[in-house]
Amino acid sequence: MLLLKKEQLLAWLNKLTQAYQVFAPVNEEGCVSFKQIEAGDQCTLDYTNSKVPPKEVLFPRSEYLFCYRCEKEHVELKEQIDEHKKVIFGLRPCDARSFLLLDNVFRNERFQDPYYLTRRKNTVLVGLGCNQPPATCFCTSLGSGPFATEGLDLLLVDIGDRYVLEVLTERGQELLSGMELPAADQEAREAAQKVKEGAAVSSRVTLEGLKSKLDVSFDHPLWDLIHEKCLGCAACTYTCPTCHCFDIVDEAQGNEGCRVRSWDACMFPLFTLHGSGHNPRPTNKERFRQRVMHKFKYFVDNFNATACVGCGRCILNCPVNLDIREVIAEIQGTEVRSNKQ
Amino acid sequence: MDNPLKPYPATIVKITDETPDVKTFQIVFDDPGVWDHFRHKPGQVAQISVFGVGEATISITSSPTRKGLLEFSVKRVGLLTGALHQLEAGSKVGIRGPLGNHFPYEEMKGSDLLFIGGGIGLAPLRALIDFVLDGENRSHYGQVEIIYGARSAADLCFKDDLFNRWPHMPGTKVYLTIDRPEEGWNGHVGFVPSYLEEISPSPRNRFAITCGPPVMIKFVLSALQKLGFPDERIITTLEMKMKCGVGKCGRCNIGSKFVCVDGPVFYLSQLKELPPEF
Repeated sequence: MLLLKKEQLLAWLNKLTQAYQVFAPVNEEGCVSFKQIEAGDQCTLDYTNSKVPPKEVLFPRSEYLFCYRCEKEHVELKEQIDEHKKVIFGLRPCDARSFLLLDNVFRNERFQDPYYLTRRKNTVLVGLGCNQPPATCFCTSLGSGPFATEGLDLLLVDIGDRYVLEVLTERGQELLSGMELPAADQEAREAAQKVKEGAAVSSRVTLEGLKSKLDVSFDHPLWDLIHEKCLGCAACTYTCPTCHCFDIVDEAQGNEGCRVRSWDACMFPLFTLHGSGHNPRPTNKERFRQRVMHKFKYFVDNFNATACVGCGRCILNCPVNLDIREVIAEIQGTEVRSNKQ
Repeated sequence: MDNPLKPYPATIVKITDETPDVKTFQIVFDDPGVWDHFRHKPGQVAQISVFGVGEATISITSSPTRKGLLEFSVKRVGLLTGALHQLEAGSKVGIRGPLGNHFPYEEMKGSDLLFIGGGIGLAPLRALIDFVLDGENRSHYGQVEIIYGARSAADLCFKDDLFNRWPHMPGTKVYLTIDRPEEGWNGHVGFVPSYLEEISPSPRNRFAITCGPPVMIKFVLSALQKLGFPDERIITTLEMKMKCGVGKCGRCNIGSKFVCVDGPVFYLSQLKELPPEF
């Protein structure tokens, strides 16, 4: 563990931007998201969590897969693989965990996705522990926590005027090259420990037994009611760090064009609509069930992991206050347990 | 790293009108070297790109025994298939694949085969029919029976195969039906599932392979069970809206299974384990 004074942060970030594309939380009129910064002073580390998760650095909202020129006798295709070295700076431990889950999708034994994986390989993750997790967080129920290090290369723990820096990987160590940082002394370590102990994640969901309940509840009448207030707006999927559904479309003019991949959502009716007009998930009931099933059953079946990190964004951003914790509790037949009043 | 989302440039070399809204496209790769790694098996699918419009998942209707070309029979239903139907021989397209699993042709060796198709649903079956009828493969399989129906005589796909080729192959029978009577049609009239029950083929040492409109598949599956076919010998191939074809874009799943990588071919015994969401 090392010690970084807060006044050293700017210089460090400035230095990183020389060698890497640095993506850090940027506050634009109250909306925090991960943007590429040119200088350290553009970023803010005083935030709860970003509106949109940093998954967009590795899996952008929209990206070119390849561009083409179509001649009469010849088609030329040019892949658009992003090979820039990147740092995601100041992401929360829950979002770091989301990359481990997304890896299952983009790097499974059958097909590898070079767009995501090339970025993934070239990206170093610098986490920022959560001193005050908001009330919508339930990361500890999903095997993560406000100071979890899983998936991170470095973790910053804010102890007031300094950060205790946990170096977790060699890649993390490399980001510190040329910086002469002192080891964290006893006092700093104790301060970090105290911060960690004080960071209570107040709400929980019960995952135990959930999968086996979902295994047998595809036809359960609870789906008839539970989706009713859902508007199908897909804010939950758009702000979810583990949602990975996408669309592929062509953008072309004349004989030149590009194939574009964009985020898409299982909450939209067109998502599964066949050309023939048949739709296997024709109403909001089937679509809502799909979202819940995918995260807590199908993903578990396929990858032995739950596709949720407990970041709470779907709760914060739902326009009708549909709360996934209550959905889980309803499936479990229990109430949400909360330590907070 | 191989890029599973990047198509191989290819050229349409021949277009055959099958019905008023179905065309068969014969396609070859522009780089002949692609054939070394594009080795499909009967039942697999591919993504066809119409550059400027997009991609669609289409079953490969030609048998892998027909080397050096791919055939896709495409019904005009939506944006991409509409654009494909506008193309002429010589047009450039892109092909990604082969994708998905295939018919269990090894396991079927030594058995009789019963094919039951409706409309454009004969397209994926045709890859397996020609595979078992071609050359040396023929000796590995028993009787081949094909029950096939369409709305009208004009809507029967692969008329050359149905009337001129398959019925003359050894150990092969073709039963045709159309939905409603029409002038000039002396054959059977009625829906495919009821024709199947009329013919009443024995389930003994026989695999049944079916594809057609969802409602036809549903009734064929129940007719086959009534006839005594075990779930492990009833096979179907499913269609879903797909984008990536490689199990990532999230739309073609039935329960935990993705039709693009775990399918499109399923045994009835497997389908019974999945939610009825297709």
